[in-house]
Amino acid sequence: MKRLAVATAALAFTLALISAMLELPAPAIDLRGPVAAQLAASGVDHPVTAVLLNYRGYDTLLEIAVLLLGVLVILAVGVERPAAAAEQPDPLLEMLVRLALPLMIVVAVYLLWAGAFRPGGAFQAGAVLAAAAVLRHLAGLQAGWAAPGPRLRLGLVAGFVVFLAVAVALLAQGALLQYPPAQAGILILAIESALTLSLALILAGLFLFLSP
Amino acid sequence: MTWEAAFDFLLAAGLVWSTWRTLTTRRLDRAIVLFIAFGLLMTLAWARLSAPDIGLAEAAIGAGLTGALLLDAYGALSGQRKDIS
Repeated sequence: MKRLAVATAALAFTLALISAMLELPAPAIDLRGPVAAQLAASGVDHPVTAVLLNYRGYDTLLEIAVLLLGVLVILAVGVERPAAAAEQPDPLLEMLVRLALPLMIVVAVYLLWAGAFRPGGAFQAGAVLAAAAVLRHLAGLQAGWAAPGPRLRLGLVAGFVVFLAVAVALLAQGALLQYPPAQAGILILAIESALTLSLALILAGLFLFLSP
Repeated sequence: MTWEAAFDFLLAAGLVWSTWRTLTTRRLDRAIVLFIAFGLLMTLAWARLSAPDIGLAEAAIGAGLTGALLLDAYGALSGQRKDIS
């Protein structure tokens, strides 16, 4: 009886949600028009990238800062790792990973480049690179990052530092992250390249710092 | 009913079903694999909603990296359990 009452209530709530979704009110502010109108001055041809790296660049800057902070906390806390069991890598798996890795790197670079004019961009490219590193680790070709060296640390902060440097350099113009339209494209590409590297290392680090 | 509507309906049903199975299945390894399947279905849903950007991120981070992380955690946990018993 109790179960029936709960099920009925859940069903009624679901139906109410569905009916609410079918009659969505018109959004109070519609920004599609302004975004499209300013696209020519943003330095890229894809509206999503324009929003992420130009109109709302501040959000993306904070986003990479938060991700970096997460990895720093993992490093600071220091995870106790079990002694690495030296496993013999599976030859079939190893072969597959060796075949897939170059493809994944090409896909990542393509995604980074394509971000300027079609779906893609730094986050997707970084995630693909991170997945490649995780795959390498799982196939037994790469040990976990027990003690990150200076180069790895530099790579982790590169995206944030480059982004911040661009923001500071442009501060003289009066507004934070307001790119001059002529240089916007190249600035965004530079930021995105650094972001890709850092995101790949951060996302892979979430896995490899915790793993033997 | 057009083919597209039928596909959307199947996709929505698949999403709900995989969510339900992920949450209710008793075995942890099966739940993780179902979670990855859910992520891939979600990618398709984002693509159908003409948001390929989010779809790409979901496929790479939601299904790929999170799935690998969960599987690794499961492996570490079951390894520990063997050590204790």
